[in-house]
Amino acid sequence: MMNDVLLEIKNLRTYFKLHEGILKAIDGVSLAIGRNRVLGIVGESGCGKSVTARSILKLVPAPGKIEGEIWFHGGEKPVNLAALPPTGNAIRDIRGREIAMIFQEPMAAFSPVHTIGDQISEAIQTHQSLPKPEARGRTIEMLKQVGIPIPERRVDNYPHQMSGGMLQRAMIAMALSLRPKLLIADEPTTALDVTIQAQILRLMKRLQAELGMSIIFITHDLGVIANMADDVAVMYLGRVVEYGTVRQIFENPQHPYTQALMQSIPKLGSKGRGRLASIEGTVPVPLDPPRRCGFADRCVHFIPGRCDADVPPLIDTEAGHQVRCILYE
Amino acid sequence: MQNGSKALIEVRGLKKYFPIQEGLLRRVVGHVRAVDDVSFDIPAGKTLGLVGESGCGKTTLGRCIVRAMEPTAGEVILRVNDQEFDLTKLSAKELRAVRPHIQMVFQDPYLSLSPRKTVLNIVGEPLYINKVAEGRALEQRVRDLMDLVGLDVKYLNRYPHAFSGGQRQRIGIARAISLNPELIICDEPVSALDVSVQAQILNLLQDLQREFNLTYLFIAHDLSVVEHISDRVAVMYVGKLIEIGDTEELFQKPRHPYTEALLSAIPRPDLSRPMKEVTLEGEVPSPANPPSGCYFHPRCPYAKDICKHEAPPLVDMGNNHFSACHFAKELDLQGVGE
Repeated sequence: MMNDVLLEIKNLRTYFKLHEGILKAIDGVSLAIGRNRVLGIVGESGCGKSVTARSILKLVPAPGKIEGEIWFHGGEKPVNLAALPPTGNAIRDIRGREIAMIFQEPMAAFSPVHTIGDQISEAIQTHQSLPKPEARGRTIEMLKQVGIPIPERRVDNYPHQMSGGMLQRAMIAMALSLRPKLLIADEPTTALDVTIQAQILRLMKRLQAELGMSIIFITHDLGVIANMADDVAVMYLGRVVEYGTVRQIFENPQHPYTQALMQSIPKLGSKGRGRLASIEGTVPVPLDPPRRCGFADRCVHFIPGRCDADVPPLIDTEAGHQVRCILYE
Repeated sequence: MQNGSKALIEVRGLKKYFPIQEGLLRRVVGHVRAVDDVSFDIPAGKTLGLVGESGCGKTTLGRCIVRAMEPTAGEVILRVNDQEFDLTKLSAKELRAVRPHIQMVFQDPYLSLSPRKTVLNIVGEPLYINKVAEGRALEQRVRDLMDLVGLDVKYLNRYPHAFSGGQRQRIGIARAISLNPELIICDEPVSALDVSVQAQILNLLQDLQREFNLTYLFIAHDLSVVEHISDRVAVMYVGKLIEIGDTEELFQKPRHPYTEALLSAIPRPDLSRPMKEVTLEGEVPSPANPPSGCYFHPRCPYAKDICKHEAPPLVDMGNNHFSACHFAKELDLQGVGE
């Protein structure tokens, strides 16, 4: 098993000390990402999915503090990323080269005053001593690989000259230009139209198979998760509330939150126009959260004295399927 | 198009062209045809869903109907209280008298509410401006509205920043229904919301529709949401309406290749239905420089020679289902199934 694991997160806690109190954005997350696997992290805004991704690369803004362990098994020896200084050379060598990230807003991720080609070449040259013409050649090669037409011309485009979909392809090209072992994709298609999203999803699948990398795919869209992920972690209020293979999560969702989430989305092709099963209330803010199940206030199965007594443990319900709910004790 | 006399609103040949200016003298060198000859009706108490990708003109269309933008040409006939108004012909003063019948709900609940006004002021403002109520009566009416949309009345004097996205959208809806409108134009009302909150707002919109016989023009890009809430659906592509039909028929048996492609591109939360391979290559063309003939032909898998030269008209396929495709009758297109 250990050989197959690329990244292992153990009891990760990312807290932000604010003057209103401690914001526990991530409160004890443990996850493992296998080699050549796609881990989907699904949850609503504020559940901690993006902070988890940023914690891995030590990109959490001040006053965020990371505790716990993040073991990366990409090199000869495992490295605990959580223990590395966020501005040191060790993490900088890993960022981009071993673990790359793509973001939701491609417009915001590129500098508007440099060409796409210069920015991708710079990323390559930062990590490899490559002469400029060769870096440019590699850039064009990458742009071609992500399906950008006429890459020899596009390489000299500025970001504003490209559409959202093309720019997202360029960002994928930049992220993959150094052949990372792990790609973190944080809502990479949320800002795109549905036909362009389909193109990007297909591209990511193809590249994952070709390059043999692992992907952490973060999204709030259950449809995207079903199509992309091998394993799924459902997050709520800074914790993983359910974890399993994509089949286990979609065919046998067990946590009341996962079940409610699946029922609250309108299903295509369902003829009835009745009311949707909605989840009452809103996602709370984890400011000095009490030690209890985070979903207790909105849960239809709430048991007074049990759910609000302590944080429920992650319980194994079947092989590889874990649920953080006392109903399964 | 459909027993016209009963429709609450009739849009006829609506156009909105934005001039492209160039040079020192701002010479007009062309037009962006954001909305290009669009016609449809919505009967009272029904919902028309309007879908399309970004830049297809759906928001511009919504804004032209309320005349937040001046349409270039066309008619927008509104029938209320046995009277008929062509909104595009009304003077500013006449328009003010008709405006209470048409309201809007916006996409971004963070940008559409003034941060410097309390809920009382935001929801009460239309009532005050239209001299419907003031003082105590106004406050009572705002309380009733808050109750109606599921907001706790004790937050009457709070500012928008104290509310979550879903609650803000409820404030926006309370404001929209404050004057008992007939028609509400909902422009992506749930796309900024979390999944679990989205269902609450969709349910609220449906409840209000039933209670007050509201008519909705529901603009959205999320097709599963549109299928859920709409009686009829219209599909736009580069400023033109390319298909319109009853929801179930359009989703099960689309008659335009673009609609088929849109439906097939939706990733579904269902492992037995993996994403299909029939998806579109390329991108939406610019409405400033659209392709010749049928605007969709460069991306269309079924395109033939005629598509390059002739723009297909919107043709009745029977059953009140219209499609703008030369081969609409011959093609056997795939819907969402089930």
